[in-house]
Order: sequence, then structure tokens, then C-alpha cells
Amino acid sequence: MKEKTQLNDIDRSIYDFRYDEDKEDFLDSGITPDIIKEISQEKNDPQWMREFRLSSLEIYKKTPMVKWGPSIDGLDVNNIVTYIRPKSRMNTEWDNVPDNIKETFEKLGIPKAERESLAGVGAQYDSELVYHNVRKEVAQSGVVYTDLESAMHDPLYADIIRSHFMKLVPPTDHKFAALHGAVWSGGSFVYVPKGVHLDIPLQSYFRLNAKGAGQFEHTLIILEEDSSLHFIEGCSAPKYYEAGLHAGCVELFVGKNAKLRYSTIENWSKNMFNLNTKRAIVEENGRIEWVSGSFGSHVSYLYPMSILNGRKASAEFTGITFAGEGQNLDTGAKIVHNAPETSSYMNTKSISKSGGISTFRSAVTINEKAEGSRSSVSCESLMLDRISRSDTIPVIDVKTDKCDVGHEAKIGRISDEAVFYLMSRGLDEENAKAMIVRGFADNVSKELPLEYAVEMNNLIGLEMHGSIG
Amino acid sequence: MAELLEIRSLNAGIEGKELLHDISLSVSQGETHVLMGQNGAGKSTLGSTIMGSPEYKVTKGSIIFDGEDITLDSPDKRAVKGIFMSFQNPVEIPGITLSEFLRNALEHITGEKIKLWDFKKKLNSAMEILDMDRSYADRELNTGFSGGEKKKAEILQLLMLRPRLAILDETDSGLDVDAVKTVSRGIEEYRKNSSGTLIIITHNSRILDEVHLDKTHILMNGRIVKEGDGSLAAHVLENGFEKYINKDDIA
Repeated sequence: MKEKTQLNDIDRSIYDFRYDEDKEDFLDSGITPDIIKEISQEKNDPQWMREFRLSSLEIYKKTPMVKWGPSIDGLDVNNIVTYIRPKSRMNTEWDNVPDNIKETFEKLGIPKAERESLAGVGAQYDSELVYHNVRKEVAQSGVVYTDLESAMHDPLYADIIRSHFMKLVPPTDHKFAALHGAVWSGGSFVYVPKGVHLDIPLQSYFRLNAKGAGQFEHTLIILEEDSSLHFIEGCSAPKYYEAGLHAGCVELFVGKNAKLRYSTIENWSKNMFNLNTKRAIVEENGRIEWVSGSFGSHVSYLYPMSILNGRKASAEFTGITFAGEGQNLDTGAKIVHNAPETSSYMNTKSISKSGGISTFRSAVTINEKAEGSRSSVSCESLMLDRISRSDTIPVIDVKTDKCDVGHEAKIGRISDEAVFYLMSRGLDEENAKAMIVRGFADNVSKELPLEYAVEMNNLIGLEMHGSIG
Repeated sequence: MAELLEIRSLNAGIEGKELLHDISLSVSQGETHVLMGQNGAGKSTLGSTIMGSPEYKVTKGSIIFDGEDITLDSPDKRAVKGIFMSFQNPVEIPGITLSEFLRNALEHITGEKIKLWDFKKKLNSAMEILDMDRSYADRELNTGFSGGEKKKAEILQLLMLRPRLAILDETDSGLDVDAVKTVSRGIEEYRKNSSGTLIIITHNSRILDEVHLDKTHILMNGRIVKEGDGSLAAHVLENGFEKYINKDDIA
């Protein structure tokens, strides 16, 4: 009756196939001024960016390692290759993407997804974007969706990027933000002009193929007044013995009356360190909606932050975390209420099994001037066995008494009674448990883009296989 | 008539405590039996043990279903072989709709895929028999259901899954007169159209007024102390259990 969870690895096959890369494409591993200059050279950075990288490196050196979360002892940053020369320049025609890269993305369902339901797609392979395309009608509406590197050299956007890049997440934020500032490469730049509403989503997909490498993509999204956008981000990497590092950065600027929905599924391989920083600032009556699924990686630190800066700005965070064997996923969300009548709602679920550890941290700050604000946090955890762990660490900091703050946390184990009930209706133990987990995750998976919801359901079935006994 | 269920000198209990002692019981295809007894007599324990609840361990004896020894089978295997139990306290499963669950269960039990259209048709007609509003199909399984709604949902499952043997554990408890009538209609439908075999566990009379009984078994302190035909049930209901109590068992 006892089956081991080996199947996880077999069934990750669509993620785990990989191609060898040529060694001459790798810059040396480690983080030194010479390496940074080389990256800057390769990327043809403007002068300010080169200086920004070097000053970030100084900050990186001075900033102590994070100590408060799960251990990142297995990560030797000096052995991580921070930049891999691209095999190909960025393409806007799928046919021009090199075959093995093309095949990789096709196995992952891109750009099939684009043909079916997206307004635009970007695909990053290791350090650089290899493909970017936006539907004609979207481009005509003035929406810009490209890589940061190109945009930095475009006179129309150079200034916007300079005035926004790492302003929300400065390199001084924490050690990996500083590292990101020094070695960032790839990612997306999205600009939605005033009054433009995109009804269909834009999607970017990040794929880290090379072994022992880091991915440091930067996403910068700016929504002008009265605009709206749904942005989808997917991430994956094949499994290697050497640890990989993902230290991306996402900065979202949501203008007055604008609405941004940002959906992410992170399904990194189980030896990745995912130390990602995401932050949004929301102006008057604007709205940010985060949908976040964290499945893969060995260790994650991920706490998207929303700063509600204008009156009536609002934030909603919906998240799900699934920690299996050997995984320690430290996730959560932060909300800062900086203006009157702002509101936030957080709803998260976490599942842990086979010794996995899932920690949920929520931090809600209501500042003095945020009178009449409301915040509600609900987090639920489900542990599938006795060796797994789940913790909830809520922090609420309220500086005005004219507000309404609620917090609710539930931690439980899968009940034997429920399993027996479903089994008495013909479901075997594995299916019974998978059904309970699916039900538990239901109100979150409903929020995911369809193909990811399907993927998540399959993943639950897969993860449940062999989890019994 | 061949025995559908045969329990042979069964002892069962939880760790360190035997709850059922030397139970022997036979149920033939198409019969309706009633298990009676006071609270704590072991009726539900016996029902759950037949269904294969992991809560109870069989320490002696065996359970034979349709000629096969199922004593060690997991509950899902028993369900596939045709045993069903209507739970006294059906478990709430949030996030899974009644209809999604039933279709899944049906496919597991029959081992065949069922088309959505065919399933819906079947479901609607079963719901009609039980006076259930169609919107129930889209509600989360048992979640937020009242006691009566839960019991109706159990009988709905009985009608959909068409088991060969149904154990109804206190299906009538907590129901008002009208609900008992509705549930009884469902049970009758199962008996007639699926030539169903029933074990009804109850300590109360209302449901028994509505169904024809073949046999009565009276449990006291984990033992069968008296057996008889259907009229025994009526007799017990009128005169109480006292005279069956074996004084030696109350220590």
C-alpha cells in the first residue's frame, strides 16, 4: 500500500526536460565589480544603469544575510552564475526563436496560450527574453509590452523607466533586492496609457534552464489613470542537483481609478531558492488584485506588498501555497494603508504534506492618516499528515482607532472521518484526500487563470499520489 | 435465498476496548432488517464496522458479503462491491459540490465514465422523488446543510449509487414528520427499483411505520440479545428495552 513520492519527479516531466547550454555563454559565477561591468557591457546599459548596478553591489556587500526566515544555507551565491549570454536576440516572430528554446516553451503551453486567450506574451529563457509579441490592436491602443532593456533605449520610455526603476523596491530594502539591482536581467516593461482597458490578459513566462544559475528578471508595470490590466506570470525550472536562485523583482504602479490584477504561478523545481520581491503602489480609488500560487522551490520568501497611497485605494490578495517533502515555503502578504478609506482583503490557503513546512505571514499596517480604512485577513492551513508543519504569523499595526480590522486563522489536519465518508462512497484513499484538498483550495483556484487552475488541480492529484501511509 | 451479508461471531472495538461481542447476523437479498437498542448499545459501531470504518478493529470473526470475505477490505472496496451506509452525521466537505461528488462517486463505483447529460437527468429525477430543490446539486457537500437536508442528501446518494446493501444509521433522527415521509419514500423507491437490501439502525419508531420489516435484532451492550420478525420491533417500541437487559452486562 505504501508508495513513495518519487512520482512527483517523474510527473514533473514537462518541467524537467532540459537542454544543455554551451559553457562559453556563461559569465563567471560570483558577484564582483568585474562581473557586474561585464553584464552591463553585454546588455549595453545606459550610463545611469551601469552606475546603479555598481552601487547596488556596494549595498549588497554591506547588507547582512536575512536571518529571520527559513534557512538558506544551501545557497552559495558566489557559485551562482548570474548571467548567461542569450543564444538568440529577442524575437517578435515565434518561428525565429531557436528550436530547442521553442520546443521548451511549446511543451509548457506557450505560445499556444497566446493564440487562444492572450493579448500578448513574453518568454524569458535564462537571462534574456527570447520572444515578445503583442496583438496589433493592443499595440495600437498605446499599450507597451516589451523587455526593459529595449525600453530603456527608447527615448519615449527611457525617462519613465529611470524614474520608476527600483524606486518602489530600492536596493537597500534587503540583501537580495541589492543583488537584484546589481545583476538584474530580462523581465517585462508594461505601460498602459490613460483610459485604456485591456480585456484580455498579458502573460510573461520565465524559464530558468541553465544549471547552477540565477534568474533576476525585473517586471515594471505602470498603469495610468482610469486604465486596467490583467497580467499573468508563470515560472518554472527543471531540476538539477545544484541549487538555483530566483531573485526577481516586481514593481507595480497603479494610477488613480486604475485596476491591476497580477496573477502568478511559481512552480520552480524543488531545489530552487525563490527569494522574490513584489510591491505595488496604488493611487486614489485604484485597485490591486494579487493572485499567487506557490508550489515549487526548496525555500521561498515571498510577501507581495501593497501600499495604498490614495483615498479609497484597495488591495485584494488571494494566495495558495503547497509545501511538500523537503520544501520550506515562507509566504504571505503585506498591506500598508496610507490614506483614508482604503480597504484590503487577504484570503490565503496553505497545504503541507510529507514533512513540508508552510509558514504564512501577514502584515497589515494602518497609518494615522488612514482613517475609515478596513482590513480583513483570513488564512487557513491544512496539514495532510503528522510530520508536516504549518505556522501562521499575523502582524497588525494600527495607528488610528477609526478603522475596522479583522483577522481569522484556521489550522487543521485532514480528518479521518471525512476520508472514511468519501471512501464509503467508492473513492480510494488517495482520491478521497485529493478531493478534500481540492475542496479546501477551491475558492482560491477559482481565482487562477483557467490553465493554471487546471494545472493546480492536476498538481494536487499528483502530489497526493504516494502521500498515503 | 442466498445470504447477501453474513457476519460470523464478530468481535470488534477500538484499541484496548471491545465494543461488539460475538455478533452473528445474516441478511438475505431483498430483506429489510432493523437493528434496535438504546444509545450506546453498539448499533452504529456495528454499522460502521460493516462499512469498514478504520475507527474500529475486528479482533475475531468475519464479515462475508456475497460469498466473499471482506473483513479486511478498505471501505472503498466494500462500496464498489455494493455496500452503502447513510451516515448519522454526514461530514461536511467544503469546496466540492454535491453533484461533482456524486458523479465522482458513481464513476468510482461503476468503474465507468458517465456523460454529464445522463448524470444530470438521473440526478434530477432522484431529487424529484425527495422533493429536493435542484439548486442543492450545486451546493457544497453537506456544508451548511440543516440536519434534515443532510439526511435527504444521504438518501439521494443511496438512490444514485444503487448499492446492493444499504445501512441506514439513524436516518430518521432529527427529522420532522414530513421529512420522515419524504425520506421513507426514497427508501421505498430504493427497495423496489433496486431490489435493495436494508439494515435500518434506529431507536425510534417513525421510520419503521413507513417500511415493511423482515427481521428485528436487538442489541444491548454490544451483543445481540433478541431476534425476531418484524413484529418484534413494534413490540419493543411499545414496551421498551428493559426486559432484554442482561443484568450481568451492567457492571
